[in-house]
Amino acid sequence: MNDIRTIALITGVLALLTAVTAVGQFLKRHPDRGLDPAAVRTFNLRIRGWWVLCTVLAAAFWLGTTATVVLFGLVSFWALREFITLTPTRKGDHRALFWVFFAFTPLHYLLVGLNRYDIFSVFLPVYATLFVLARVAFAGDYKRFLERTAKIQAGLVVCVYCLSFAPALLQIPIEGAGAVGRSANFRLLFFLILLVQFADCMQYVWSRMLGRRLVAGAVSSNRTWEGLVGSAASTALLAAALWWAAPPFQPWQAALAGLVVATMGFAGGMTMSAIKRDRGVKDYGTLVVGHGGVLDRIDSICFAAPVFYHITLLVTGAGL
Amino acid sequence: MLSPADLQESVVPAPSSGPSLAPKPGRSAFCRAAGLSLAALARLLAGSSVRWIASQPDTCQRIYFANHTSHLDALIIWASLPQTVREVTRPVAAKDYWSRGIVRRWLAQEVFDAILIDRTAIKVHQSPVDLMLREAGTSHSLIVFPEGSRSVSGEIDEFKSGLYYLAKKRPDIELIPVHIDNLNRVLPRGEFLPVPLLSCISFGPPLWLERGEAKLDFLARARRAVMSLKE
Repeated sequence: MNDIRTIALITGVLALLTAVTAVGQFLKRHPDRGLDPAAVRTFNLRIRGWWVLCTVLAAAFWLGTTATVVLFGLVSFWALREFITLTPTRKGDHRALFWVFFAFTPLHYLLVGLNRYDIFSVFLPVYATLFVLARVAFAGDYKRFLERTAKIQAGLVVCVYCLSFAPALLQIPIEGAGAVGRSANFRLLFFLILLVQFADCMQYVWSRMLGRRLVAGAVSSNRTWEGLVGSAASTALLAAALWWAAPPFQPWQAALAGLVVATMGFAGGMTMSAIKRDRGVKDYGTLVVGHGGVLDRIDSICFAAPVFYHITLLVTGAGL
Repeated sequence: MLSPADLQESVVPAPSSGPSLAPKPGRSAFCRAAGLSLAALARLLAGSSVRWIASQPDTCQRIYFANHTSHLDALIIWASLPQTVREVTRPVAAKDYWSRGIVRRWLAQEVFDAILIDRTAIKVHQSPVDLMLREAGTSHSLIVFPEGSRSVSGEIDEFKSGLYYLAKKRPDIELIPVHIDNLNRVLPRGEFLPVPLLSCISFGPPLWLERGEAKLDFLARARRAVMSLKE
């Protein structure tokens, strides 16, 4: 029966989360272990974030595909909001931005929900881009034209287009998944998110333990080549060990997917760091007090999701 | 806020001479519900986070003075206040904008309970400062914009003198500086469709007119108090 795998995956993740929560609480209660209290606090905050993430995902899965697509749509909307808030725009961009937020983003997620890969794969990168260029031109302000339109487009691609490939995983037909086919797709999505989170942690751990050579010190002071290689290798191992949870994959294919996901996630973190550095903020959350900084949480997923989606399509032979 | 720079000092109205201080009896449950949902919607749309810096929300009589960047300003400040405070707080707004059309007039009169100032008919003998104080009575707080109109440059313009006369005539009222950040990008001047960016409303510590403080000194100090909330 197929659902044994779902139960196994959920049980495993719950056990792991409980274990790390226990470790985090132990470290918090025993500050005399010589560990940096700030690092322990960050660790515990991270764990709390995972609990929230798991709860929200579980609720969305339970409600079904449409609810999950809507959930990701809302996350995209909020992330784009943070992105554009942080990016200086001019008054001439206002009308274009209105359509970007209230027409292109919802329409794109509608197409994802309807499983129209043939349209949604070009809708934002081609049609929205053309629209933004033309609308800003029509507004009559040509100052730094390319720079401004590029900012809007970068926001759309990263926050909306790329992230939407995560819920799009739910629509890929999987051979031999049986009657409870959708649960296989949900496992696939969960597999991706698990790998991304794991890669983030491993990057931190490996950088801390062996980190010597910074990738780009001016952009990120804690991302090292050792962290990248270590995280890619450990994520590949975890993916291979969990291959049974991700339906279409053989162990070696799962390992390859883990390798690519870790690398893309790393690239996403670097990219967002560069943008934040340029704007002179530490994270997207500090811009507005009280907001968690959604973009800080999803930057790795945004970069990893489209690649993972296409690897899955290749493996299932469902497209390409 | 809409007072002219050449406003003359006029008779100080005794606080007790104000009209009835209880919430207006005419406000129906429907208008209250409309106010609540509008406040929620405005805060959602403008993604506003609210900060009280060395200051606390209170129902005591206050004048909130803020930089003016967008038509949404008064609504967002009003929506940022806790509900008990909101009940006693009345925005001061321009009559020419807020009495145009049924919806706006209804919003201004019934939902926000706004004090509408006629910008075209400001004269010495019907000073808006007196009108505001009369309408505020001894229990209502006011939301005013001392720049007079929405700033075009994005910088905070010089304050008009109305705030000084308000402070002089009612030295018992706390003046609370409020800084509105990023709302001009949500709804810029001349636009009617909002873009849902994140904004931030900061409330600062109260200030009063010092004994013998000159008008220009006071207005400059008040303006600095708003700017210092920007960080």
